[in-house]
Amino acid sequence: MISLHVKKELLNDISLDIKFDLQYGEFLALKGKSGSGKTTFLRILAGLESASGYIKIDDEIWLDEKTFLPPQKRSIGFVFQDYALFPNMSVIENLLYVKKDLELAKHLLEIIELEKLKDIKPANLSGGQKQRVALARAMMKKPKVLLLDEPLSAIDPFTRQKLQKEILQLHNTFKTITILVSHEPSEIYKLSTKVAVLKDGKIQKEGLVKEILLKQKGSQKFSLEAEILDIKKIDTVYSVVLAIGQQLNEIVLSPNEAKYLKIGQKVTISTKAFSPNIFSI
Amino acid sequence: MIENLTNLDFEPFWISFKLASVTTFVLFFISLPLSWFLSQTNSKIKPYIESLVSLPIVLPPSVLGFYLLWGFSTSSPLGRYLQENLNIELVFSFEGLVVASCFYSLPFMVQPVQSGMESLNKNIIEASYLSGKGKITTLFRVVLPNIKPSLLSAVVITFAHTIGEFGVVLMVGGNIDGETKVASVAIYEMVETLDFANAHIYSGIMLIISFIVLLFVYMFNHRQKKVML
Repeated sequence: MISLHVKKELLNDISLDIKFDLQYGEFLALKGKSGSGKTTFLRILAGLESASGYIKIDDEIWLDEKTFLPPQKRSIGFVFQDYALFPNMSVIENLLYVKKDLELAKHLLEIIELEKLKDIKPANLSGGQKQRVALARAMMKKPKVLLLDEPLSAIDPFTRQKLQKEILQLHNTFKTITILVSHEPSEIYKLSTKVAVLKDGKIQKEGLVKEILLKQKGSQKFSLEAEILDIKKIDTVYSVVLAIGQQLNEIVLSPNEAKYLKIGQKVTISTKAFSPNIFSI
Repeated sequence: MIENLTNLDFEPFWISFKLASVTTFVLFFISLPLSWFLSQTNSKIKPYIESLVSLPIVLPPSVLGFYLLWGFSTSSPLGRYLQENLNIELVFSFEGLVVASCFYSLPFMVQPVQSGMESLNKNIIEASYLSGKGKITTLFRVVLPNIKPSLLSAVVITFAHTIGEFGVVLMVGGNIDGETKVASVAIYEMVETLDFANAHIYSGIMLIISFIVLLFVYMFNHRQKKVML
């Protein structure tokens, strides 16, 4: 189990103050706007930045008033957003650099389905492949804690789904405590068991994924977050173009309904009266 | 002209190359830890050390030469100590030239290596620490292999710059045949004695060598960039 309470002054008079416990096998997603301290928090956990407070894992102290364990001595796997692979080493060399355990390296390459590319240099891999190698490299230490800093944000949606499965598989195989920084609600829903929303360095909300992410109120059947892209007056009604996730939709509103809406505004769309029709695509 | 060429004394060139090779070799190993420290530190003393390292770029060679000459001579505590206890005399000797060149060419080795290290993605260095590796392993297995163009530039520019050195060499080494008379000093002497024919040949050789050396560096770096992309 990891148990921590870390504090650090950030820029702009914001201070980071985070406290929680996590068990092995738990998967926490951290959500929050940029500047809310997510990355700094991960870096403190990894030992890349100093902080006050304490971090304890099982009976081992990583951080307290007297102790500061350097990153080399912490049982941490860290996956950077920009992969941070060693460009001078091939895929398998990147893994073996962490630990000379050929069997484990081969096993991990099998999981991420990159055995065939093991002798290729990172420059010749696609973004998704690079991130899979980075993930495998992070697991070479068999870490107790796996930290993922927006690992999939630069990856196309199709590859992202595949990688999400692999992350989950590695998390379950090695029973790590995994902390993921992500903005994607669907990703958080698929992967994590818990979610914490950070604001100005503090946990604003935390709990089970459903409790935090599902934004339904009352008896609404459907609730979608959308952004208004365009509002046009057509005769006596208004046509409003909305982006719901990756999908564009056009709806018609009365002048009364459209009165308070602006282009660029974030809105919630809900409907009560109808039961949804679902078709497979 | 042909007669001049066949009678050409190549010893000053040989001394220049020997001096440049030894200086480059010594400086490479001095600069690695220094550049690594400068590239990684946020300490307040960093600008002081950087200024000290870069001084030879702005100082007139005569100023540097004067201080080194004084430092090596028995009038200074260091020179006295070296001579009395270790029996080392650095003034007007090849060894003295090497020490002087190391000061003179230091920024040309440190700066490219440091900037190569600084431009390396910080996450790669941190990924190495997170892989359980210390600073030394990270330096030799991750940092240096990924800044090869900077290393090559540093080595070649240092070498070429030491070959081209004149003022400091003249002041610290003098003009002793077979010991401290390097090519640039030999050219100066030829011009002084109005031996323009040989001055032409010497200068021409220096010009061509310098050009080829630089061409080699730029071509290599151009190719490396293409490989990286």
